[in-house]
Amino acid sequence: MLLIHCPYCEEERSELEFRWAGEAHIARPENIAAISDEEFAEYFFLRNNEKGVTYERWRHIHGCGRFFNAARDTVSDKFLMTYKAGLPKQPIPAATKAEAIAEEKTVETWEQTEGDAR
Amino acid sequence: MVEVATRTLPLSGVHGGSSKVRLEPAAPAARINLRVRAEDVAALSAALGVDLPVRPKTSASANGRTALWIGPDEWLVIAEGNTDIGSMLVAAAAKSGALHSATDVSHRNTAILVSGAGAAAAINTGCPQDLSLQAFPVGACSRTIFGKVEIVLLRTAEDAFRVEVWRSFSDYAFGMLAEGARDAAL
Repeated sequence: MLLIHCPYCEEERSELEFRWAGEAHIARPENIAAISDEEFAEYFFLRNNEKGVTYERWRHIHGCGRFFNAARDTVSDKFLMTYKAGLPKQPIPAATKAEAIAEEKTVETWEQTEGDAR
Repeated sequence: MVEVATRTLPLSGVHGGSSKVRLEPAAPAARINLRVRAEDVAALSAALGVDLPVRPKTSASANGRTALWIGPDEWLVIAEGNTDIGSMLVAAAAKSGALHSATDVSHRNTAILVSGAGAAAAINTGCPQDLSLQAFPVGACSRTIFGKVEIVLLRTAEDAFRVEVWRSFSDYAFGMLAEGARDAAL
């Protein structure tokens, strides 16, 4: 079971109390009525779906109920850090990042062993 | 002939428990759900007669009322006694003059009292929280999950908990606790 640090409850809680809420730091265009359909689609539908470190919104729905931001490695599923909603994108501490990359190499993914993207 | 409506409590007549865990439905209580911004917490504390705790996972009791920290701007206030106290609490909050939202949820929730040496083990059958005394001391409270339902958990003594649950989920919660109580006694 994953433990996720909630920045509002100030402690680690089980993943069962949390819900994923999509990619973080997507700013709604201020001139939403003026932008083209392509620009709207870019903002509204298209997500980066990065492999590796991503910034996501999570919600402590069965706890304090708050949304917050998390940096997570999508290969190892490891949470690198969490911080309160409303804060700008936080840099990942170098030590945590190095640890995550080392762990990524030891995780056997489908792509590495079976897929065409080897 | 006069027809009198009698109210049946959500958990009336239930049985459960084991040699290590005692399970009993709590007496009816008044409850309000309170949302207040940080700057108005003092005003609402004065109006309700209980200091709203501002640290995560803590509760405070005074004047027969218990205020449970649920989130950074959310509290559950429980008052033992007649459920009419709920509307009194809402009225008291309204008199504070501070911007807030107070909702009477007395009849939405019911509570199960879990006590005995195996109380924490019984709750841990469906709840992932660390219920050791270091992590969850007496007076600690938290909204969390129990099996498939959401509960608000309050530790009232070293070996006693109050499990607040929505009334329509109370059969499930009680049944799951009864199973946990049996397991705790094995």
